[in-house]
Amino acid sequence: MNSFENLIDIFHVFENKSPTKNIRKIANEGISPHELTTSAQISWKTISPGGTIMNAGNAEEFNTGDWRSYKPLFIKENCKQCLLCYPACPDSSIPINEQGERGEFDYKHCKGCGVCENVCPFNAIEMKENS
Amino acid sequence: MSIKERLSGNEAVTNAMRQINPDVVAAFPITPSTEIPQYFASFVNNGKVDTEFITVESEHSAMSACIGSEASGARTMTATSSAGLALMWEMLYIASSMRLPIIMSVVNRALSGPLNIHNDHSDSMGARDSGWIQIYGENNQEAYDNFIQAVRIAEHPDVNLPIMNCYDGFITSHAVENIELIDDDSVKNFVGEYTPKYHLLNKNQPISLGPLDLPQHYFEHKRQQAEALKNAKQVILDVAKKFEEMTGRKYSLFEEYEMEDAELAIVLLNSTAGTAKYVVDELRAEGKKVGLIKIRIFRPFPVEEIAKALSKCTVVAILDKADSLNGAGGPLFTDITSALYGKTHTIKVINYIYGLGGRDVKINDIRFVYDELQKIFDGKKIESIFNYLNVKE
Repeated sequence: MNSFENLIDIFHVFENKSPTKNIRKIANEGISPHELTTSAQISWKTISPGGTIMNAGNAEEFNTGDWRSYKPLFIKENCKQCLLCYPACPDSSIPINEQGERGEFDYKHCKGCGVCENVCPFNAIEMKENS
Repeated sequence: MSIKERLSGNEAVTNAMRQINPDVVAAFPITPSTEIPQYFASFVNNGKVDTEFITVESEHSAMSACIGSEASGARTMTATSSAGLALMWEMLYIASSMRLPIIMSVVNRALSGPLNIHNDHSDSMGARDSGWIQIYGENNQEAYDNFIQAVRIAEHPDVNLPIMNCYDGFITSHAVENIELIDDDSVKNFVGEYTPKYHLLNKNQPISLGPLDLPQHYFEHKRQQAEALKNAKQVILDVAKKFEEMTGRKYSLFEEYEMEDAELAIVLLNSTAGTAKYVVDELRAEGKKVGLIKIRIFRPFPVEEIAKALSKCTVVAILDKADSLNGAGGPLFTDITSALYGKTHTIKVINYIYGLGGRDVKINDIRFVYDELQKIFDGKKIESIFNYLNVKE
């Protein structure tokens, strides 16, 4: 799935045949997240007015990983767990576990910018062409 | 309870704002709308209202501040004219597409250049496709009444769109005339409290406004916005009915004056209607079947209603106080001829551009138009559909 297609549901309010009734319902009752549907059959009659996004905190659903042309590889044996890479990542794509150690990249969201490779003093990150 | 007063159009509108006591007013002064923020600032200063009054550095900022505040759930108002409205351009579309019911008085003034501060309709006519509802008023009473009704129309859940309350610069805005004001409590009851159910400051339901909208969804959002503007027509009529119950003053999509058996008719907007009504009375006394239609709601355009109202006429002149500079007629003319298309083959319609840059429109000018209509009615060939009234040849 293309990452933009993931956005399909954020404007989706809920199924309702009457746009007027729908808008009124939104205005009168507000929208709770459980009313959001996952149907791809979005219509101008049911789409959220003004493009307002009703479900907050949805950036995670946007899989920016498919923008990537270069891919960082984690070379575990070189890593000293200094954690310089972790705060440098603009996409929060370097997860830290409960022991405070970094793990494998989150490739769903990593855009392949290469900042982590640049800050790593131990050659534990290597950029390769995305395949 | 009505209060007899003598006020200018701007004083009347600012009094309506005082009575409504909005949450936020953000405005930048420009002639001839300057008095609105000026008078309103004195109401704020003297504690007559508890509105947050934001002084901004431009009209672009004024509309931006209005958008931010309305999106936060605050009832928000402003005013502007001419170049000020032009500077708001980008934000006008954002306000309407974000479905924010901002109320703005547009005190009509010519656009530069050459530089001119007097009245015509080129400012608001240019913004006719910005997605705002446009209400036009003939005099101070209508400017006041329309402003109060605008709040209920804009905030109606079937609509949720911003409104321009348009009236003529200087002629209406500065001339002091008799007026009947509504008492403060009745106005407050009529407009009610603004309680949008989703807005940026609602911590129980966080939302994002104005996001990127790509080809997959933009079209649907615009289609939905178009529907809201269509819905506004019925809401405008419903609100007018409630307003009539309160005040006895009747409003509709347009006013028909002596139209029942009219063979010749003029259609126009705003203050010139007063002059035209005087001429209609004179001609009626001479036994001529003449009438007048004064458009009140220009957006959404009353397509079916105007076609029906004109259907019994033989010759009609559309008077535009703005030139579209398209070589094919003013904005009111092109909308009305579109409305008539396919509905009638018998009406002859001509167009006059008039009063640009505040050129006075006198009784003789209107009489000249009715005389031309009479000549066409009597069989004279129409030499030009598209004409300029009282321009120095």
